[in-house]
Amino acid sequence: MAVLSTNALANSGTQVTATKVALWLACAAVLLTALQYAGLLPAWLHRLPEAWIPPFAVWLDAAFNFVRTDLGLEKLTRWFAEGPLQFMLDTTANLLYGKRRWPRFEQIPWSAIAASAAVLGYYLGGWRLAALAGGTFVWTALIGQWKDAMETMSVLVVAAPMAFVIGISLGIAAWKYAWVDRAIKPILSVLQTLPFFTYLLPAVIFFKVGPTAGAVATIIYAIPPMILMTTLGLKKVSPEVVEAGKMSGCTRWQMLRHVYVPAARTEILVGVNQVIMLCLAMVVLTAFIGMPGLGAKLLAMMGSFKLGRSFEIGVTIVLLAVTLDRLSKAWVVKLPEHFEKGTPWWQRHKFMLFGVAAFVFFTVLGQFVEWFAEIGRRQSFSQGKEIDTAIKTFLAYDIVKGTTEQIRYVLNVWVLNPFRDFLLSIPTFGFILFVVAGAVALGGKRPGIYAAVFFGLVALTGWWDRSVITLYSVISAVILATLIGLPIGILAARSETASRRVLLACDTAQTFPSFIYLIPAIMLFGITATSVVMSILIFAMVPLVRYTVEGLRGVPPEMTEAADMSGATKLQKLWNVQLPLALPTMAVGFNQAIMFAFFMVIIAAFIGTQDLGQELQKTLAGTDLGKNFVLGICVSLMALTFDMAIMTWAETKKKMLGL
Amino acid sequence: MDKNLPVISCKSVWKIFGNNPEAYLKRMPAGHSFDEIRADGYIAGVKDVSIEVSRGEMLVIMGLSGSGKSTLVRCFSRLHDITGGTIEVEGQDIMSLSEKALIDLRRNKMGMVFQSFGLLPHRTVLENVAFPLQMRGQDKHACRDRALEVVKLVGLEGREDYFPRELSGGQQQRVGIARSLAIEPDIWFLDEPFSALDPLIRREMQDEFLRLQEMLGKTIVFITHDFDEALRLADRIAIMKDGAVEQCDTPDQIVMNPATEYVRKFTEDIDKSRVVHASILADQAKQGEGDAVSAHATIHDLASLLVGDVRDYIPVKDGDTLLGAMPRQKALEVLVGAD
Repeated sequence: MAVLSTNALANSGTQVTATKVALWLACAAVLLTALQYAGLLPAWLHRLPEAWIPPFAVWLDAAFNFVRTDLGLEKLTRWFAEGPLQFMLDTTANLLYGKRRWPRFEQIPWSAIAASAAVLGYYLGGWRLAALAGGTFVWTALIGQWKDAMETMSVLVVAAPMAFVIGISLGIAAWKYAWVDRAIKPILSVLQTLPFFTYLLPAVIFFKVGPTAGAVATIIYAIPPMILMTTLGLKKVSPEVVEAGKMSGCTRWQMLRHVYVPAARTEILVGVNQVIMLCLAMVVLTAFIGMPGLGAKLLAMMGSFKLGRSFEIGVTIVLLAVTLDRLSKAWVVKLPEHFEKGTPWWQRHKFMLFGVAAFVFFTVLGQFVEWFAEIGRRQSFSQGKEIDTAIKTFLAYDIVKGTTEQIRYVLNVWVLNPFRDFLLSIPTFGFILFVVAGAVALGGKRPGIYAAVFFGLVALTGWWDRSVITLYSVISAVILATLIGLPIGILAARSETASRRVLLACDTAQTFPSFIYLIPAIMLFGITATSVVMSILIFAMVPLVRYTVEGLRGVPPEMTEAADMSGATKLQKLWNVQLPLALPTMAVGFNQAIMFAFFMVIIAAFIGTQDLGQELQKTLAGTDLGKNFVLGICVSLMALTFDMAIMTWAETKKKMLGL
Repeated sequence: MDKNLPVISCKSVWKIFGNNPEAYLKRMPAGHSFDEIRADGYIAGVKDVSIEVSRGEMLVIMGLSGSGKSTLVRCFSRLHDITGGTIEVEGQDIMSLSEKALIDLRRNKMGMVFQSFGLLPHRTVLENVAFPLQMRGQDKHACRDRALEVVKLVGLEGREDYFPRELSGGQQQRVGIARSLAIEPDIWFLDEPFSALDPLIRREMQDEFLRLQEMLGKTIVFITHDFDEALRLADRIAIMKDGAVEQCDTPDQIVMNPATEYVRKFTEDIDKSRVVHASILADQAKQGEGDAVSAHATIHDLASLLVGDVRDYIPVKDGDTLLGAMPRQKALEVLVGAD
């Protein structure tokens, strides 16, 4: 990276000094570390003395308490949670799994939902989507997870529409008023890097434990992409369409309602897709605050190391995720088509009629044949125990056991532990200087200053060692992911079909709720530090591979042709033409991998880590909002530092290459 | 309303893009050139333009891309707010209109056609055409009837339920034209309506457009960068460069008497005999002898007569009025393209 950045920056005078500054900073950091090793560094330069650390948590707590009780915010939120929100959740819960509460509706038979989903799938994307959508629900019912799945869905169907409405409204406001945009932007970037545990505790405190808090956390978590996609879509509306609207004499409201929003349909629907996917991911994670459903089941099963059941629940979650993703994406590309004149009414609405017919048929059938309404535990086809035994026998084979243990040993003893100890041995100031040097080298002055401020703040919170351990997990996992992911991406990019397949796999993998990635890691490596790194590794590899393939495939053909005609070998072409041009895109992937890793490392706290995530998880049990926030902000600040430096680099580089 | 009053009249109109352009225009020294304005960090979209469009006239604004022709026409409809000067539409200063009055003006008096059509992608042909009617709150049936009528007028009958993306470029522009005509506007703006179409379709659409204009007789401001198109359609042509109007005159005059070197370059390559009419060559001081030719005939129309004739001066008549006589030598020069 260092060589490349000097190349890229050598063009202008100011940038050269940036490299020089970075070098000086790095030298100072090395010097500090060397002094520490020689035992010459005074203790206060190694770690900030306790006395210097301001009680951020206490201050924040005081502030929260003021807002919560003195300003009466809690009353408002509790009213909302116990009133309208509870009502909506009860309604959906009633309909989906017959929760006996007011309003008492009968539970919808599973077969009716599966059939309607299949018809919807057929309408949006033909037989394959129909099979996927119908099949998912049939599987869920047959495997005996209908109730858990519906508990999850009952929150999802409330949270997703609310996140959509709030997101699109804020998006429109941000597009219309520059000051809203300016106010929202920094909040959004913090929200997007904030670990999800930090969403959960305030939700619990303000909105009670259980589905209401789960729904609120989910909504807040899913709003940012909706805002971004809405503003993006509205900004992209072609100026001629806008002028056509104005010349047609539209009032402002008519412009928005009839011109802007419909013309931005694609982006808004992409936002809807993201809202649904994020909602699903978060609903599963709200298991940590006692939200029942698939996530809670999975958490319990993994906790007691029941691999077979965990695997089945994992499959259900993945199927649900893929179904929701494919359905909503099919909706994005589904464009209206005209009917020939004189098409009868029933033919114009045949899908709707068919869906209603299927629904009614199975609902009635469910009244007479119990099996079509509900499949009891005993009747289900769950093979949990058998799969469990199978996996455990497989893992117990000498060769498998030998390999996993070998990997674990090598990784732990030779790589991970020494690396962690090394990072921890660097004095705080030295560490900050290193990070700043990196940020300056990559992005120049601004990211450098932000890096200094952000990491300085992290040091001041007093959670330095835990932060460094978090960072260590992230860095080691991302480096390993790069070592594995880059070759895969480069190989895949060589052929059209391979890249298409790999991209499809990445797309699908990205729809999985992050929680799922723990399952294979735990299966292979048990509850150990290696599984933490492994789960992050798998999760972070997805964007890396994806952007590598996209970057390499995106190189303009005339450039590779020029290289071919200059007589370059494949390796020369890759090294001199394709990689340099793909690098900015690959950097975006690298950045995303780091963001994903920061997200995953917190979830991995479940396995047992010694980092910020662990502390965050502990706060969930209490009401320690201040501490929760301080910890969350630490993660966010570290992630933002990387984000800013890498993205600035990628953008300047892109501009330089004229892409 | 007075029939002779110009429909659109603009006096020393300026449109400057940049930071706080009004203040800049005030302190800017008079006679600043386009490049000098640019050096100050501003772009002169429209530079001191005074022009009038009279009722039923077709004014074609011509210029290369970036010459400010689209900007000027957007000032007429106040899609752009102008920086200086005044624009009056039917005697009303449009810069003084309230938002409501402006919307009313556009709902009832103006129609506009766009280069890349500007159709709403989520609406069918019929719904696109009915859009302006719907916006002014007409009832559903009236909207539908009128929209059907206009769709038929532009020859898209039977495709009412198609969506824009299901149509070819030429058909899409027909929808654009139909939409702009739905409200029966008095003033019709066309911003390079045929530039995005391929040459054969363009020709066909021009014919179609002329047919419509003959039927409807609207006041038209037509923008193009294609000089041939301008000559084919225009009553008057305004040639723009760097935001300013270089010359505004009839096609004959522009071809015969270009005001500036820039205009002359435009006219260089065209076949003048197809543009220049007998009337423009008629010398009022002369009478001529023998049979008269029509004032509306182009020199090209008269080619065989001119070559075979022996008279020095040929009388030119507009109907029964004698305009004067056309020197044959001069007409022949035009015919062979000698300067």
